[in-house]
Amino acid sequence: MSILVIAEHDNAALKAATLNTVTAAAQLGEDIAILVAGHNCGAVAEAAAQVAGVRKVLVADAPHYAHQLAENTAPLVVGLAGGYTHILAPATAAGKNLLPRVAALLDVAQITDVIQIDGADTFVRPIYAGNVLATVQSKDAVKAMTVRGTAFPAAAASGGSASIEAVAPAADAGVSSFVGQQLTQSDRPELTAARIIVSGGRGMGNGDNFKLLEDVADKLGAAVGASRAAVDAGFVPNDYQVGQTGKVVAPELYVAVGISGAIQHLAGMKDSKVIVAINKDEEAPIFQVADYGLVADLFAAVPELSKELDTLKAAG
Amino acid sequence: MKILVAVKRVVDYNVKVRAKADGTGVETANVKMSMNPFDEIAVEEAVRMQEAGKAQEIVAISLGVAACQDTIRTALAMGADRGILVETDAELQPLAVAKLLKAVVEKENPDLVILGKQAIDDDANQTGQMLAALLGWPQGTFASKVELGDGTVNVTREIDGGLETVALKLPALVTTDLRLNEPRFVKLPNIMKAKKKPLEVLKPADLGVDVAPRLVTLKVQEPPKRQAGIKVGSVAELVDKLRNEAHVI
Ligand SMILES: Cc1cc2nc3c(=O)[nH]c(=O)nc-3n(C[C@H](O)[C@H](O)[C@H](O)COP(=O)(O)OP(=O)(O)OC[C@H]3O[C@@H](n4cnc5c(N)ncnc54)[C@H](O)[C@@H]3O)c2cc1C
Ligand SMILES: Cc1cc2nc3c(=O)[nH]c(=O)nc-3n(C[C@H](O)[C@H](O)[C@H](O)COP(=O)(O)OP(=O)(O)OC[C@H]3O[C@@H](n4cnc5c(N)ncnc54)[C@H](O)[C@@H]3O)c2cc1C
Repeated sequence: MSILVIAEHDNAALKAATLNTVTAAAQLGEDIAILVAGHNCGAVAEAAAQVAGVRKVLVADAPHYAHQLAENTAPLVVGLAGGYTHILAPATAAGKNLLPRVAALLDVAQITDVIQIDGADTFVRPIYAGNVLATVQSKDAVKAMTVRGTAFPAAAASGGSASIEAVAPAADAGVSSFVGQQLTQSDRPELTAARIIVSGGRGMGNGDNFKLLEDVADKLGAAVGASRAAVDAGFVPNDYQVGQTGKVVAPELYVAVGISGAIQHLAGMKDSKVIVAINKDEEAPIFQVADYGLVADLFAAVPELSKELDTLKAAG
Repeated sequence: MKILVAVKRVVDYNVKVRAKADGTGVETANVKMSMNPFDEIAVEEAVRMQEAGKAQEIVAISLGVAACQDTIRTALAMGADRGILVETDAELQPLAVAKLLKAVVEKENPDLVILGKQAIDDDANQTGQMLAALLGWPQGTFASKVELGDGTVNVTREIDGGLETVALKLPALVTTDLRLNEPRFVKLPNIMKAKKKPLEVLKPADLGVDVAPRLVTLKVQEPPKRQAGIKVGSVAELVDKLRNEAHVI
């Protein structure tokens, strides 16, 4: 068993999702390498070498890897794939963009959103918005899979001492280029890494009202999320969306405010440890998964919650 | 400019899917089937390009059982010009779908292929990327904006941190995300017109593609159900429970 993990990073820092993927890799075997493909990404390679359980870090540093365009990184991974039985990437937008392309070039299946490893070739993954779990067995020589971060704890970011090895870049495919990006600026934790998430839905009414949630979130050190309806309505940016087709999260505490609890939303948060729902409709399906439900108008309840948190803080 | 759009027949998103008691699959008998919602967005985008005078022909393709013809007819009613069904009763996994689509692309020579980012049944989110790889084409996945240029297409993508725009050389492949557009409702006269549009039926063997599955589904089961908890009477009680019972704040 030899496992290649594709690092998720922005050339400056290793993203936390990589650590969950390393834990999944460690369940398959001990021979774990991490590939860092980027540009001026030395700091990421250093960080990857510290991750507990990693033996080797491969670094491909070239201008055409700066934005990790799949057209360029896929051939690189394929060139390295020879020595590995498993290729793992986080089940993030980046991982899902890249790994199917790698798998097709290797002529192997790709297994999406693995949540459990039952053996070297047998994996569990959710289908139908997580209503059903499928156990699948791969017949391919190389198993290419994306790993759902919420299903595996993060590997320790320090304590490892992997060797760092430069690998030759593959050619620039020359068919795609990066134009620009609009990243959501926030001092709050990332949704997929947050210990607490406060999410708003259509019930918030407009984008301004999300300030009420942000206020509570800041008092809790929480991230802010949203339902699809809130994103579609333009209340908040797309990267806030939690659900089947957005982000999958499993924080210690998930507070759903003005969210009805559609199956597609539940798919993204029902593995949270504690779920709170605030909704004025006592029949809302969200209450069927909530540990603590409060039937109330959010415009009264959320400001009150904010005050209660102040009181709690003052009391220590 | 010619556009090929892949449309998949899936269990309707409103259906609460259940695993079969024997664990061999999911209950799909007598269940409402619809076009994958992301594929409706794909068809809509192609039709808007045609309406804007940027595309001449739209071909809708589906792969699967004979009933996928209904899905193709829906695409034709939305505005696609003709349809292709690659008919098979076999289980098709994304790699096989991508290989079949590649064979059709090589026959049809479109400039742009649009797929959904994920089918809401198997939730694989793979087929578009695999097809782009097999064709050696660039891919603009999870698109929330698609702008055709001269020999290029700019695609704004929904990524984990926000949005990213890439420029792709044509021919190129795009997979749709939810914010790309709002698909139109199909009007009755268009449904009638769609019945007269051409629909070609092919078999995987005609395309010389081996569709044997690479993954064996050993079992399918429902995850443990989450139990509903309690209702609290006030915000103060909620905070107290979170603090002293659940210990999460
Ligand atoms: C292909 C596809 C993919 C999808 N993917 C996702 C996904 O990834 N994530 C996702 O979230 N959805 C997704 N959806 C959409 C999903 O089906 C629902 O439409 C959506 O989750 C509803 O959002 P909501 O709960 O905010 O809105 P609604 O269902 O409209 O619920 C609003 C709730 O707010 C409550 N409310 C209103 N005013 C107040 C008030 N003043 N005080 C308290 N409560 C109030 C109401 O009682 C209601 O329960 C998807 C749908 C499709 C078809
Ligand atoms: C338990 C289980 C039972 C299954 N049973 C069956 C079965 O009875 N019959 C069967 O055919 N498959 C069956 N499958 C296979 C499954 O439906 C395939 O894996 C699926 O066709 C491809 O995955 P996806 O649609 O999620 O791909 P994605 O990569 O998520 O799809 C993305 C996009 O690709 C395009 N696309 C994908 N497939 C097609 C298609 N067939 N036609 C047109 N466009 C398409 C669409 O544009 C779609 O939006 C089963 C799978 C499981 C796990």
